[in-house]
Amino acid sequence: MPEYDIQIENLSFAYPDGRRALHGVSLSVCPGEKVALVGPNGAGKSTLFLNLNGILRGQGHVSVGGVSLGNGRAPRAEDLRQVRARVGLVFQDPDDQLFSPTVFDDIAFGPLHLGLPPDEVRARVARALDAVGMAGFDGQMPHHISLGERKRVAIATVLAMDPQILVLDEPSAGLDPRARRSLIRLLRHLPQTMLVASHDMRLVWDLCPRTVILDRGRLVADGPTAELLQDAELMERHGLETPGYQAPDVS
Amino acid sequence: MRHTFLDRYHQGASLIHRLDPRLKLLATFLFVLATTSTQPGAWLTFGLLAVVAFTAILLSKVPLLDALKHSTIALPFAGMVALSLPFTRGGQVLWSWQPFGWNLAVTDEGVILFVTVILKAWLSVMVSGLLIATTPFADLLLGMRALRLPAVLVSTISFMYRYLFVLVDEAMRLYTAREARSAGDGGSVWWRARVLGGMVGSLFLRSYERSERIYAAMLSRGFGGEVRSLARLGWRAVDTRAAVVWAAVLVTVVVVGRVV
Repeated sequence: MPEYDIQIENLSFAYPDGRRALHGVSLSVCPGEKVALVGPNGAGKSTLFLNLNGILRGQGHVSVGGVSLGNGRAPRAEDLRQVRARVGLVFQDPDDQLFSPTVFDDIAFGPLHLGLPPDEVRARVARALDAVGMAGFDGQMPHHISLGERKRVAIATVLAMDPQILVLDEPSAGLDPRARRSLIRLLRHLPQTMLVASHDMRLVWDLCPRTVILDRGRLVADGPTAELLQDAELMERHGLETPGYQAPDVS
Repeated sequence: MRHTFLDRYHQGASLIHRLDPRLKLLATFLFVLATTSTQPGAWLTFGLLAVVAFTAILLSKVPLLDALKHSTIALPFAGMVALSLPFTRGGQVLWSWQPFGWNLAVTDEGVILFVTVILKAWLSVMVSGLLIATTPFADLLLGMRALRLPAVLVSTISFMYRYLFVLVDEAMRLYTAREARSAGDGGSVWWRARVLGGMVGSLFLRSYERSERIYAAMLSRGFGGEVRSLARLGWRAVDTRAAVVWAAVLVTVVVVGRVV
């Protein structure tokens, strides 16, 4: 059992066009911990996420669930397979995540590519749908269900792979208050280690005991959510706001 | 969002609905083959094929009027292609006209060919429409995979179907945004063409970016270049019976049309 589920040391990343998205980021997350990743748009959150399962590869050391993706070298195919099975990455727009004609096909996609036998795939689809409260939706087409339902199905697509770590990009974006609350309840009850990028400070407050702030590719703060989120000066300096923020009175 | 003009599946539990998609794909292909290989002017065969098509529609309980309406969508295309036929064939001249020294002559062979082309297109589209109306799209894709159509082709159709709806929604949003910013009739044709060009360009860019995100999502779930799916089709005795009946009917129609 490794000590950390996610261990990033001094990770830097530049896109082919020369834009530097990450500068020496270091972050360690313990098993079972739920950590919020906050920061303004363009801070490098999505880039960091894609580095966690080897889709993007930067300079520095990344180790996920005990598998290390090393130092800018091309990782072995077997390591990539392992890492992608251990990290469940949920994209912001469920229309990107749900690319199959039916909900069933989408949730079965991950388990099938893990090479599981058909019966196990079916069992996992049923279990994942049940876990997100969407049992019975397997025959539906993604364009026939609501955004909140699609978000849940998107989470089910990675739960079916039985990941050790869940990485979620803006899970509450675009949801109405009720769908948002029920999503937070769902996420709180999932046992996986979580890294959650969000602009939704209430969600951060309710879900994650620990917060890290990413701004312009650098990790600028790492600490208990209750402390960081109430530091109005810190939050505003990085283009964020405290959960109880009220616009100054202009009258 | 539901787009009724794209979603042509007609909910139902008729015999035709319950048949195996592989059978329906092959049966449709066979019908189209029989129709397109019929000789020009073989009216009896076309009449019998139409009877077969209408019988299938009645069995499926898809409203006949809907089926007829949808079967006309391809006629303008077929008409365009066939437009020159009445003027360019030999045979007896039925009607002629000499505008500006041109000689336009409509011949009997030309007219027969024209009507034949239209009939073939109409019958083929009607039966294909019935296939779409009685088979959920996901099952059609499963059928195509099971029939060993090239995986790239099936995946392309699958993505196209999935993202048509997303694209239409995106285009609608762009259109609404344009409407909201243009007063009244929306300015000159030139201006509107420019705005439309911008919209199309932005749609292309967004789709391109989306395709990269989708690919990242596929990789994240273990995709390695090989498309895998669970076969969940079941061939039943009724499918075998339907296949035999359909083949027998088509062969009879073709033979009767040749002999009589």
